[in-house]
Amino acid sequence: MRAALLGLLLGAALSGCTDRGVGVDVSAAPRPAGDRAQGDTLIRALAANISGLIPNIVGDKYSHDAVALVYNSLITHDKDTNIIPDLAEAWDLAPDCRELTLRLRKNVRWHDGQAFTADDVVFTYKLMSHPKTPSPYKDDFEDVASVDALDPHTVRVRYKSAFANALMIWSHTMLPRHLLESYMLSGKLKEAPQNFTNPVGTGPYRFHEIRSGEKIVVVANPDYYAGRPYISRIVYRIIPSQATMFLELKAKGIDQADLTALQYQRQTDYPAFKSAYNKFRYADKVYTYLGLNHADRRFADRRVRQAFAHAINKRDLIEGVRFGMAREATGPYKQGTWVYNPNVRTYPYDPARARQLLAEAGWTTKNADGLLVKDGQPFAFELLISQGSDESKKIAEIIQAQLREIGVAVELRVLEWAALLKEHIKKHRFAATALAWSTGLDPDQYSIWHSSQTGPDEFNFVSYKNAEVDALLERGRRTCRQSDRKKVYDRLQEILAEEQPLVFLYFRDTMPAVASRVHGIVPGPIGIDYNMYEWYVPKQLQLYMSE
Amino acid sequence: MLWYALRRLVLAVPLLVGITFISFAVIHLAPGEPVDLQAGNMNAKSSAQARQLLREMYGLDQPIAVQYWNWLGRLARLDFGRSFAPDGRPVLHKIGERLPVTLMLNIVELLIIVALAIPIGMASATRQYSLFDKVTTVFVFVGFATPDFWLALLLMILFGVELGWLPISGLRSLNWEYMSGWRQQGDFLSHLVLPILVATFGGLAGFSRYMRQSMLEVIRQDYIQSARAKGLSERVVIGKHALRNAMLPLVTILGLSLPGLIGGSVIVESIFAIPGMGQLMVQAVFERDYPVIMGNLVIVAVITLVANLLADIAYGVVDPRIRLGGRGRR
Repeated sequence: MRAALLGLLLGAALSGCTDRGVGVDVSAAPRPAGDRAQGDTLIRALAANISGLIPNIVGDKYSHDAVALVYNSLITHDKDTNIIPDLAEAWDLAPDCRELTLRLRKNVRWHDGQAFTADDVVFTYKLMSHPKTPSPYKDDFEDVASVDALDPHTVRVRYKSAFANALMIWSHTMLPRHLLESYMLSGKLKEAPQNFTNPVGTGPYRFHEIRSGEKIVVVANPDYYAGRPYISRIVYRIIPSQATMFLELKAKGIDQADLTALQYQRQTDYPAFKSAYNKFRYADKVYTYLGLNHADRRFADRRVRQAFAHAINKRDLIEGVRFGMAREATGPYKQGTWVYNPNVRTYPYDPARARQLLAEAGWTTKNADGLLVKDGQPFAFELLISQGSDESKKIAEIIQAQLREIGVAVELRVLEWAALLKEHIKKHRFAATALAWSTGLDPDQYSIWHSSQTGPDEFNFVSYKNAEVDALLERGRRTCRQSDRKKVYDRLQEILAEEQPLVFLYFRDTMPAVASRVHGIVPGPIGIDYNMYEWYVPKQLQLYMSE
Repeated sequence: MLWYALRRLVLAVPLLVGITFISFAVIHLAPGEPVDLQAGNMNAKSSAQARQLLREMYGLDQPIAVQYWNWLGRLARLDFGRSFAPDGRPVLHKIGERLPVTLMLNIVELLIIVALAIPIGMASATRQYSLFDKVTTVFVFVGFATPDFWLALLLMILFGVELGWLPISGLRSLNWEYMSGWRQQGDFLSHLVLPILVATFGGLAGFSRYMRQSMLEVIRQDYIQSARAKGLSERVVIGKHALRNAMLPLVTILGLSLPGLIGGSVIVESIFAIPGMGQLMVQAVFERDYPVIMGNLVIVAVITLVANLLADIAYGVVDPRIRLGGRGRR
């Protein structure tokens, strides 16, 4: 994970498992496991061009994906999202979470042959906190007081105060001091060759070539600290059109691509596809919501938001929009994670209960059009959605129809993404919107729910305010033992479920298909890519000659 | 003639400045700014402070007039600046690596269109209302009406997935580096077949119509009658006397389509995953990458102005009735 903790998604490709807790599903015929062997090429697809090759200063997902195997971090995550060692082989975290001592692996080398040492860790911290570094992740290091190299393989980190993410922030990519220091000092990091032609990391794959807009190629690193990975070469092809990506998959031009719900359910169920590919399915960390602006008097009333939660049939929504490939959201955390609290108020589809809640809120009479009326005003509002997202358009249409049932008129308005963001969301000039939040591996969601985060550039744009929630969020950031944090976030989820500051709709699934010749994939709540350097193709199944 | 060309070139400078000024203003009027999209697509962790840093780095904290003046000053020294994208590369490099593909695709496409449109237009004009004319008319309307992306997908499914004769997308096969020289060329060409086919289909429709119309007008002229009366064969009448005159309007249209050569088709490039100018420009617009957008616009504007001038001059060359510059010998 790159500590891109929370991001607002366009919902362009918003993605269920209903019964299983972790939401992992493998749709594959049992195949004989071949012997592990080196060789072959894996071809993956990226949906957009790469904007830079130093992940620490780049915000977009595709750029991170493209170099995920080139770099390492001090820590990483296993398939169940637990923190496990990477370049740091062990650590001591002081009981008050204000001091962390990391012990680094000794046999690690940068791809250019230089040894990786504690100096590089100190440098990476300096780079992230340097005033001239344009990083979207700067704030992650705000609570760090000092980072010192005690010896070439020991680093001590001190924090300004008890900090829940003391360990988590070290999942940021480590960068080579000997190559980047001068660029950092002159504020020209973006212009460093490592950012667009020649990234140097410590990871299982070395960067081989980039052809802008066309492809990126990485090759196995024979000197990787954990041993040479099996697959010799990985090619990331840039294919902007989802339709083209799917055709390439069908024609075996690429080995791995995420499927849409329609493709997963309806278009890949024929024998030739099934024998050539394994389909996987796991719950993504992205949830879709209906955001109601609390500055609007009607939505400031909790009962109205609860009524909407009852009035929207989430099962219909998941079926209609995602062909069943999503799961109902009860709050902002997904099932299968340690923080998830299943014991919260839920809102089953119940229009009668919805009408009753609205009546309690004063919406008692109906006008000639069948709309609820209060103080002479019919209940009607505008729902803003982003252009180009078929999914959010469908969501909006279903919500529109279902709210009409309880006497509420919704008018849809489609806007270009940047215009929606800048002119409406950030200026709080909207009544309602349907968007998605991408959540991180850490449960801290201070910036979304805290009442101080309602400024124009901030993310509590529905202006939700609750003193207990504020206190819990602050405590959650300053508590570092997981069992203590669990209590804090359990309570937070109870309140959020009760209050419905956003009407939580669903967590979508991600559905990758991977060529069946590739073995070693073990899906988990975190997805499938986390152990890519362990994937292999048995000798007799190898397709591409390399080297 | 030389004077005329020079005067036009000098007059083009204020025109160009005007174009850039309006474009600059319009782009900055569009909501959203580069820092929004760059700070991790509205990453909830990127603070207002990080945004401010980006704004200062890009000079976006200054008034628009100042930003424009600075940009114009750099442009005067032929410095197009660096992209706002996180890779921060010089705009000219970005355009330079994308331009050859688009240019080549469009030139090949234009040549094929011209080579096909002229005979088709001539044939339908000389056989007006014949079966051939009617069939081509239908074909032309189908060509106009067919959406590029739809035709592209159908062809990809047929030739790429079902028959497996042609590659679906991209420019080169993955084992391109390991091929011999000839096979590399063949591989490259096979990747171009479908995109060129799709792009040609739509363009052919328009051009052949122009040609037909122009030819129809010419063959009704008196001098065609007199050519026939002289006893010239129909081949000579049409091929020599009519064709040269019918080509005149086409010169203008060709001149106007020159700027389009570097524009690139967004749809064709996106669907075939071809890294050309169209994709670069669209991404730059979505990311509000002002230097790349402006760089692109300046180049297109310059080419448009030059192409217009060339078309006017060429007109004078092919049509002896027109003499430029007002200092004609007659």
